[in-house]
Parts: sequence; C-alpha cells; structure tokens
Amino acid sequence: MLSVNMVAMAYLLASVLIIFALKGLASPETARRGNALGMLGMGIAALVTLQMDAVQNYAWIVAAIAIGALLGGTVARKVPMTHMPQTVAFMHSLVGLAAVLIAVSAFIDPVAYGIANAEGGLYMASRIELFLGTFIGAITFTASLIAFGKLQGVLPGKPLVFGAQHLLNLVLGIVMVGAGIIFCMNEATLPFTMMLGVALVLGVLLIVPIGGADMPVIVSMLNSYSGWAAAGIGFTLGNNMLIVAGALVGSSGAILSYIMCKAMNRSLINVLLGGFGGDAVAASSTVGQVADRPVKSGAAEDAAFLISNARSVVIVPGYGLAVARAQHALKEMVDELLEQGVQVKFAIHPVAGRMPGHMNVLLAEADVPYDIVFEMDKINSEFADTDVALVIGANDVTNPSAKTDPSSPIYGMPILEVSKAEHVIVIKRSLSPGYAGLDNDLFYMDKTMMLFSDAKQACESIKQALH
Amino acid sequence: MRQRRISQAADVAEGGNTVNTAAITQVANEHAAQAAHVSAVDPFVFSFTVFVLAIIVGYHVVWTVTPALHTPLMSVTNAISSIIIVGALLAAGPVEMTLATVLGLIAVGLAAVNIFGGFMVTQRMLAMFKKRK
Repeated sequence: MLSVNMVAMAYLLASVLIIFALKGLASPETARRGNALGMLGMGIAALVTLQMDAVQNYAWIVAAIAIGALLGGTVARKVPMTHMPQTVAFMHSLVGLAAVLIAVSAFIDPVAYGIANAEGGLYMASRIELFLGTFIGAITFTASLIAFGKLQGVLPGKPLVFGAQHLLNLVLGIVMVGAGIIFCMNEATLPFTMMLGVALVLGVLLIVPIGGADMPVIVSMLNSYSGWAAAGIGFTLGNNMLIVAGALVGSSGAILSYIMCKAMNRSLINVLLGGFGGDAVAASSTVGQVADRPVKSGAAEDAAFLISNARSVVIVPGYGLAVARAQHALKEMVDELLEQGVQVKFAIHPVAGRMPGHMNVLLAEADVPYDIVFEMDKINSEFADTDVALVIGANDVTNPSAKTDPSSPIYGMPILEVSKAEHVIVIKRSLSPGYAGLDNDLFYMDKTMMLFSDAKQACESIKQALH
Repeated sequence: MRQRRISQAADVAEGGNTVNTAAITQVANEHAAQAAHVSAVDPFVFSFTVFVLAIIVGYHVVWTVTPALHTPLMSVTNAISSIIIVGALLAAGPVEMTLATVLGLIAVGLAAVNIFGGFMVTQRMLAMFKKRK
C-alpha cells in the first residue's frame, strides 16, 4: 500500500498525462501518441486506487471492469462512423448515471469514502458538493439519453414544444434547488430523493424541445456537463485528479458548444430554448413558389467534362454525402482526378456533420488524406481562384443569402463561399430545402449546374465518364 | 479543515439541548494552535484553486486542438470524464455487500464501458487519419 502522498503524486502524474492526451490532438500526427498517454494516465489512476486499503472487493470489481471492457470494446470496434454522435451521447449518459450512483452510494455510506463526520453523517461542505454532483449527473444522464434517442431515430427528431414549457422547467428547477438546500440543512433522505427525481425529469424536459438540427450543440454541451459532473464528484471525494479531469472535459465541451453555435450564428440560449427546425414545414410553402425559377441542370457526363478541364476543384461535402453512403465512391472519383493532374481540395463547414469534426472522420474513413481537407476559414479565400466547386449533399452552409440578404433567417451565419468559384456543380436529389427550410440562391445562379441524382450514383457516373 | 471543524462544532451545538461550550472552545483552541504553525487553508479552497487552474489549462489546450479532430476530442473526453471510476472503486471497495457497494460496482462497470469504449473508438478514428502518399 502506497502512502497517501505517493497516491497523490501518482494522481498528479495521471492528470499530467491526460493533459498531454488532449494536447496531442493539435495534429493528426501527434494524436495517436497522445491517446496512448491518456490510456496510460487512466491506467495509473485506476491501479493506484485499486491498491488502496479501502478497496478490498477484488473479485466483484474485476468482474465489473471485465464486463464493462467487453461491452465498451465491442461498441468501439463495431460502431459505424456515421453513428458516432449517438454513441458519444450514449456514453455521456453513462458518465451521468455513474456519477449519480457514486453520489447515492456516498450518501448512504459516507464512511467508505472517508468523508463522514463523527456521527457517521456528512459535513455541510460535503452535502453541498454531493448535491451539486448528484443533480448535474442526473441531468446529464437523462438529457443524454433523450439526445441519443433523437440522434438514433428512436425518438422523433422534431422539437416537442408545449405551452408553459419554460415556466414548468423553471418551477422544477426551483423545486430541485429548494430540495437540495433542505438536504444540505438536514441531510434527510426525502429531500435528497426529491432533488434527484426532479433532476432526472428536468434532464428529459430540457432536451425534448430541441430539434435534430441543433443536436451538434447539445451533444457538445452534454460533453461539458459530463465533465462538470466528474468534477463535482471530485469535490465530494476531495480528489484533485477528478477535479482536474472534470474541469478539462468541462471546458472542452463548452468550447465545442461555442464553436458550433458560432458556426450556426445562434446563441446558446436560443438553442436551449428550443423549437428551432419546427417551422421547416411552414417555410417549404414558399419554396413551392420559387421552384419555377430557371435552373441549369446537366448530366454526369457534363459534370465530368467541366471537372476534367479544370486545374483546381474544391469539393464541399455535406451530411447528405454520408446519408447516401457515397464517401467511398467519392474517394474513387477523387483518385481518378488526382491521376489526371487536377488539384483537388475538400472544404469543410464546422456543422457539416452531426457533431463537431464529424465530416473529417467520415472522409478519413474513406481514405481521403487529411492534408487535402481544409477548414472553412482556411479555404474560403481560395474559392475565387477555383475553377470548379463541387457541392455534394450540402445546402444551407453554401447559401449566399447568409451574406447578402439581411431578411434571411440564416443571415450572418458563416458560409463556404462556393459562389465565388468559376463554375459550381451541385449534386442533389431535388431542389428541396435544407434544415433551415430555406431556398438556396446558389442553385439558380448562371454559373451553377445542378446534377439531380443520388450522391453515390453521381460520383460513380462521373468517375466512369472521366475514365 | 477550519470550516469542517466549525460546522462540526455547530452540529454539536444544534444537537445538544445545552450548548456544549467546552467542545467549541476545544475546537477553537485546536485551530488556533494549528494556525500558529501554518495558516491552514480549507481543503475546499485548495480543491477550488486546482479546479480554476485546470479550467484555464483546459481552455488553452482545447483551443489548440485542430477542428479536424473534434470528434476524437469528444470521444476521448468521454473516456477521460470516466475517471470517476476512482470514486466508483472506493464505493465498491468494502467486502461487505451493501446497497452502497452494489451501486459502486454498477458505477465501476458503467465507467469501464466508457473508458475502454472511449479510448478504443478514439484510437480507431485516429488510425484513419492518413497523409497523402
């Protein structure tokens, strides 16, 4: 058994390794080593805890870890990359549930954690920390489950809005805090249970009004919550490593939420109040009127002719690409172009997928080298020198009215400036509007050629025509 | 330390019908003696210091993460927040099987799903990112 100070030093080492794991993600070249350091840190933390005198129940603990490792490992190997958002959401819910279970366990038996006072109860400070850890964990748990259900398609993605919704949430919030304060004063079971129950319900109610399109923000936000829950448990146990790890994750999720909100030109409050995406039906009626506008459409052969005569091509992939499972067909088309000496680059909008960085992973999975894939800020200045911009399965993120039309609902949203390219080819099934329910002026420009087709089929046809 | 002692003293004071001044004086004296050696900081303040500094470290480190790796960042932070397995292990620690122990064991299992799942899926994603040949 290591001394208390040795344990603390080992925890410090684990914390440092975890910071290096995040630091590694600055570049794909260092990321794998970083991940290995993270695993090492986690391993040290677990082993050091296992050798403590308080931990004796080895057979059961090893069994629990083995079952968890088997389940987690299986999911990690099998899950399709398109399902990453719901997988991450589900994992957040597990962190939340684990935090709740630990908090309840500490409430029942504070002696096991060494946080009991002389009478075997809890100190005031511990009660407050326990209250915070429990309700953040509980909200993370149920909110993440609902987010998972929406992303997986088990629950309707449409926002569920009803009258007095925000008032109800406010009242429940007050009840929860009130019960928490009573618990902090008398350490009774009833207010603790009540606080926990209300927090679980609140987690559900907070997410139901939020539409599928806003899920990238919500998943990032829940990422942040899961970190704060871990930090809360760290405060309860007086364990600095948990506090450090929780704070790192908490700030990481908060930054990602901010980036996602900015990429959609929405405020976090606006996203949280929900209801967005519900007016898509209403907006589509206006699309019916403008659908008569003239559109230039062409066949795959025409697209192939344009592209093969270009010096530079920028491809703008959207989530539609992944829905059509066209990544691999696209990659083969790109290979053909590279062989013919055409310069090909990819342009990624921050909300191109269903979670931050999702499109990059989907392209990497299709063996697209990461050094020809560029972020919006880096590539936007290059569109003016680009011969052909090829938009596949993306819509709102290319809509020029976000820059030009102050009356547009997406006015101010940063876009990929596709319309500055010499020629634009848009591969799309129909002229149907995107998530925001808006018509896209890009489709009606003189320089734009629409290729009405399934993305996968279009890529295959273009590749054949190029040959 | 100080706050806990004081709250302990306050508990005693609340609990008893007669105010146990002796206990309070004793605690106060102990504290005074300790203060004479070092100006003792409450453990909460110490933890809170670590918390605030870690948030600042997190803020700076996460902004250096390339946007292309934001999905792996989320899956790895998922694994990292499962560091609460440390708390779960303490709850599951006692050999005697009580409700608290069982809840701890379940929490150990859940955290293990996340740790193994999170790190492995991150590794799987990172292995996909290749440079042009």
